[in-house]
Amino acid sequence: MAAVLSLPDAPVLRQRAHWTDRVAHAAMLALIAVLLVFLAGPLASILVKSLQNADGAYAGLGNFASYLQTPALLSSLWHSVWVSLLVTFVTVPLAFGFAYALARSCMPFKPVFRTIALVPLLAPSLLSALSLIYWFGNQGIAKGVLQVLGFETIYGAPGVVVAECFAVFPHVLMILVTALSLADARLYEAADALGTSARRRFFTITLPGAKYGLISAALVAFTLVMTDFGVPKVIGGNFNMLATDVFKLVIGQQDFQRGAVVGLLLLTPAVLTFVIDWRVNAKQTAMLSARAVPYGPKPARGFDAAMTAYALLIAALMLAMLGMAVFASFASFWPYNLAPTWRHYTMGLVDAEVGGAFVNSLQLAAGTAFFGTILVFIGAYMLEKTRGLAWARPLVRLLAMLPMAVPGLVLGLGYIFFFNAPANPLHGLYQTLPLLILCTIVHFYTTGHLTAVTALKALDAEFESVSASLKVPFFKTFWRVTLPICTPTLLDIARYFFINAMTTISAVVFLYSPDTKVAAIAILNLDEAGEAGPAAACAVLITAGSTIVTLLFIALGWWVDRRTQAWRNPTPR
Amino acid sequence: MSTTPYLHLEGIRKSFGSFQALHDIDLTIEKGEFVCFLGPSGCGKTTLLRIVAGLETQTAGRIEQNGRDISVLPPGNRDYGIVFQSYALFPNLTVADNVAYGLVNRRQPKAQIAQRVDELLKLVGLPGSGTKYPAQLSGGQQQRIALARALATSPGLLLLDEPLSALDAIVRVHLRQEIRSLQRKLGVTTIMVTHDQEEALSVADRIVVMNQGVIEQVGTPQEVYERPASPFVAEFIGKVNVLAASSLGDGRFRIGRLDLQGASHCQGHPAGQPVRVYLRPEDRIADGSFDGVGQRLWGEVSSVEFLGGACLAQMAIDELEGQPLLVSFSLNQMHDLGVRVGARLELALRSDRIRVF
Repeated sequence: MAAVLSLPDAPVLRQRAHWTDRVAHAAMLALIAVLLVFLAGPLASILVKSLQNADGAYAGLGNFASYLQTPALLSSLWHSVWVSLLVTFVTVPLAFGFAYALARSCMPFKPVFRTIALVPLLAPSLLSALSLIYWFGNQGIAKGVLQVLGFETIYGAPGVVVAECFAVFPHVLMILVTALSLADARLYEAADALGTSARRRFFTITLPGAKYGLISAALVAFTLVMTDFGVPKVIGGNFNMLATDVFKLVIGQQDFQRGAVVGLLLLTPAVLTFVIDWRVNAKQTAMLSARAVPYGPKPARGFDAAMTAYALLIAALMLAMLGMAVFASFASFWPYNLAPTWRHYTMGLVDAEVGGAFVNSLQLAAGTAFFGTILVFIGAYMLEKTRGLAWARPLVRLLAMLPMAVPGLVLGLGYIFFFNAPANPLHGLYQTLPLLILCTIVHFYTTGHLTAVTALKALDAEFESVSASLKVPFFKTFWRVTLPICTPTLLDIARYFFINAMTTISAVVFLYSPDTKVAAIAILNLDEAGEAGPAAACAVLITAGSTIVTLLFIALGWWVDRRTQAWRNPTPR
Repeated sequence: MSTTPYLHLEGIRKSFGSFQALHDIDLTIEKGEFVCFLGPSGCGKTTLLRIVAGLETQTAGRIEQNGRDISVLPPGNRDYGIVFQSYALFPNLTVADNVAYGLVNRRQPKAQIAQRVDELLKLVGLPGSGTKYPAQLSGGQQQRIALARALATSPGLLLLDEPLSALDAIVRVHLRQEIRSLQRKLGVTTIMVTHDQEEALSVADRIVVMNQGVIEQVGTPQEVYERPASPFVAEFIGKVNVLAASSLGDGRFRIGRLDLQGASHCQGHPAGQPVRVYLRPEDRIADGSFDGVGQRLWGEVSSVEFLGGACLAQMAIDELEGQPLLVSFSLNQMHDLGVRVGARLELALRSDRIRVF
């Protein structure tokens, strides 16, 4: 063997940074700082708290051990698990059928069906629980049906399961519609050419094609139910679940240590499902090649009729749920006098501080939409389109994906531990609107981030290289090119932040003060006080507010398209 | 031509993790030259261009442009214009705004910028298209605009990264000649990356043939075609017959039962050494004027690939003992000599043209 000449290893060359690069680096470091303080810090403090005793001394796994010896808490764990599983197994097939009707049949009025099924996204999740009480509660108008079916009462497990099915349905539906729309028509043509039966086609092409979507949908359903707080609070009665336990432990008993343990228990399945989903998604993207031909359904009378009937049934159930809340919010004195009145609205808004809460909600939503969109978009831009600072990029990516895996309740818990600590210099933020806004931004960061990244990746990767060669600083190109092209995406992100900030309960339930109480929380308080009418009125207000804002965003999007996107479809001259 | 080269690369190395993309690249480019980096995909040619542009940083090595060390300068501090395969035109800006993109930053008066834009649009043959959006132009037109934008600031170096790959064949051939004549007119030193050997042969002053992170050969198109420095270059550029042979010493080689006397550069293979003889399909004589050039051979045409103005015939030649030989004929020769499957033809090989590795 020839002797290897050993050369002294020269240090790897590093390019000198242009001053504009330094601006980008500073922005990226600022983003990291924000995410560390408002995401990683709170999460870490949950972990720390779970390992401390009440005096703050290290307690090892003592809190976990004492948790496992508390039968009441263990039963909550079991409740959460089986309810989540049951809801998942009920909702995913139901939503699959509906998604199949939307994507694979020639059913009429598809946009209407789609809209009805997605409307619950505009309402707080506990709206379905409120409606359910009006239908089947102690004074419900269809209480008899319940007893015929052999249930004693809607409060408890049956109510939680049914309400969660409704609350989770639209989330699952969105994923499944996407999965079923991403079909390659050529596969079906090949199957037809080979004389494959419809049944075999379904099991060999459709189902495998939607496999990853189904897995993803099931994971989302499970996590959403597991970590939802509003529904069990309203309709759970004495049926304890992990999410309600956290609230009771922390707010009721001030037992932060055990609250932290339960918080970690909630975090575990969420993180697990998140990791599985991530890996599954990575596989899915490779499945559909760029040359795939989109599948379009062909009319088939019998099948289309069956699908329409099914969609009608689901839509009727959705409307029954939504409509009951609206109806009840106008009823004078449930269930004795159903004459319509504005009383609950006026009473709620004027007398019971709901008006202030609604204004707070609007402020929270507007603040989240405005600052969240800026933060998310600039963050995604720095990540995707600037150079240098290689070590920081995986960190930013991780921090940007992490919120998806953190249930709101856990995030809120972390915020109490972190910002309520007297030693924290940011202690002053606790219970203020800015902190609520930051918490909500972080809570919904990932979806906005992924939307922005997708939009940015669609832009030519060489815009920045060209700018640099022309000696134009990157921020000028950002302003003149990137931002105008991405305006529609910015609106999408802002709308997403707004709607979710309007309806969220889980994260902010730990963080509000009487001055910063938001409307979704007010529903909980009204419900607890037995004010069912105003509670329903408040839920309807939120839904109406979200709907109006959504319509405004659509109008704004249309206007922006006309003003700034003319280059997309220029008229030939 | 100045004595110091315009662009000087010395010991350029680039590794991505454990993968070595470029091994010690040395290259010198004179002012005003049109140089093509040619090679198969993954050979490192684009990486090398991006290192010159400062879009990637070399792991080691030195780059000097016009006497200035630019090894670690960021792209914004270097002097070049660049055109990408994807055009990278800003879709939301008009053609005029695209071309003026680099000028606006130089705080020139508006009228002056407008005049320069008009001048550039005229230069690339698209006068009066300033108010259009890129989406209204064809691919070839978009690439011209990208070229105008890159030239707007009068850079000393023009970098073209597969600028023609996304275009139709006819537009491609047309535009490459335009780029060439434009380059001649402006005298701007130009590097073009391409994987298309025909493109490189037709426009370059010199071709840098690259393979697996090393430079295989640097030379004029004719040098690279006629005197390939390595088997890779011979096979990558143009068609070539590769024939197993053994050396007889003194530049003589035996293929099957056929002996060939190579030219002087074929010396240096000791007798008995197994070698490969490289022969282009056109390096044969078949039209009767054999006058003492090589041995007359008879062969039978076993298949014909028709290429329009010419054809490639695969021939079984008795003396080659089973090694098929590709021979090219012009369309006229095809008719005159009756080239068709099954025909027996007489020909001689131009042994003075063979390369031996």
